[in-house]
Amino acid sequence: MQNPQLTNDGKLKHLLSIEGLPKAIIKQILDTAESFVGVAEREVKKVPLLRGKTVCNLFFENSTRTRTTFEIAAKRLSADVITLNVSTSSQSKGETILDTIDNLTAMHADMFVVRHAQSGAAHMIAKHVAPHIHVINAGDGRHAHPTQGLLDAFTIRRYKPEMHNLRVAIVGDILHSRVARSEIHALTSLGVPEVRVIAPKTLLPENVEKLGVHVFHDMREGLKDVDVVMMLRLQNERMAGAMLPSSQEYFKTYGLTPEKLALAKPDAIVMHPGPMNRGVEIDSAVADGKQSVILPQVTYGIAVRMAVMSILAGNS
Amino acid sequence: MKNLPDAEVLFEQLAEKIKPLITSETALVGIHSGGAWLMERLLPLISPAGNGLANGILDVSFYRDDYSQRGLHTETRPSQIPFEVEGRHIILIDDVFYTGRTIRAAMNELFDYGRPASISLAVLVNRGGRELPIAPQISAYETTLTPDQNLQLLRQADGHFYLTLEENS
Repeated sequence: MQNPQLTNDGKLKHLLSIEGLPKAIIKQILDTAESFVGVAEREVKKVPLLRGKTVCNLFFENSTRTRTTFEIAAKRLSADVITLNVSTSSQSKGETILDTIDNLTAMHADMFVVRHAQSGAAHMIAKHVAPHIHVINAGDGRHAHPTQGLLDAFTIRRYKPEMHNLRVAIVGDILHSRVARSEIHALTSLGVPEVRVIAPKTLLPENVEKLGVHVFHDMREGLKDVDVVMMLRLQNERMAGAMLPSSQEYFKTYGLTPEKLALAKPDAIVMHPGPMNRGVEIDSAVADGKQSVILPQVTYGIAVRMAVMSILAGNS
Repeated sequence: MKNLPDAEVLFEQLAEKIKPLITSETALVGIHSGGAWLMERLLPLISPAGNGLANGILDVSFYRDDYSQRGLHTETRPSQIPFEVEGRHIILIDDVFYTGRTIRAAMNELFDYGRPASISLAVLVNRGGRELPIAPQISAYETTLTPDQNLQLLRQADGHFYLTLEENS
């Protein structure tokens, strides 16, 4: 079957998941993002690539950071941007997703950035839209969040350029995390030799080893000698029933404290996709400490999203 | 053009022609990739001893006018303009001048850094065929090629330049 993300000649048409993306395209996105980092440091923080294009941010699920950075990215590419929080508008009046899409297409939208609580929503929209329209998945259910995976890989590459030499630990709620899945695919594809996941059994998907990761349940073991610690948010809103004793208990076992971080390499970096639950998965002393690159992640997220949008819009 | 000129000889001539234009307010900006190579080797030749000239590199991928037809170049490099553009006399350096579209893109990009006092253009070869009211002030060599001819500056491992001419049929 043809990869729904690619054109017939193998160029990126939609960004739906990192899984199935050729390594060359992942590298092209990261290399292009490198050029966009500098744009934000200029007098005029804009380039004219998407002049005359309309980018539609469709958020069927709330997200302040992702929505804002996509919006800034599109504006820095000179696109016109519309952001719709659909959960609060037509959906509540009964309109289907595809009707919403058709209406926005009739308004000449050129690109959709879609966040939805249902896995596969962006795929469905990509299948439905006219050939000239591009779709970016900004997070679908538990499935994927490709731009987050890419920006995390980009951040790691900036601080630790020797990716073939790295040990990366992803800590926390892997089960509910589309971010973790996208990160794992991005890092293994870029040649990171050892990706570890550290979580209690109840927060790990079945057969997680099949993704090529090493599984740890004990943080003290799992953090030993890692170069990168990627913390995940405890997703209270996706947690059905009591999988965990309490958030205090969780912090004790899986929260990243300065003392646990000391087990990693001395120059290890600490990442978090946000929003952080301070005192639940991460201690403030770590989040604000000198090994933290949590805010640079946000900055680089804009450059990576600019790269994705400008590569997509050029491939018609 | 049966015999291609020696790019090294042209390079020497280009440096001699640029020298008189240099003041303390000058900055050299090479256009990626050929123009950047030229600039790299021009700097030690033309900047007064011990007084490094302001310089930078532009990759105009984000400003090209063929983006909607051809998409984004697969290999972009970060532009690097590590000096204040405002009020500066900028000499743009490129290898082969053809339609003028690259130079238009470069000027647009420069203005996003600030308002220069002036911009001039120095190229190794002006091959004719401009499509915009843009022309180099300085060129080491002028010729007229047909649209199906492709003249390129290349660089050997030791840094020496040479020209190649391909016929696209």
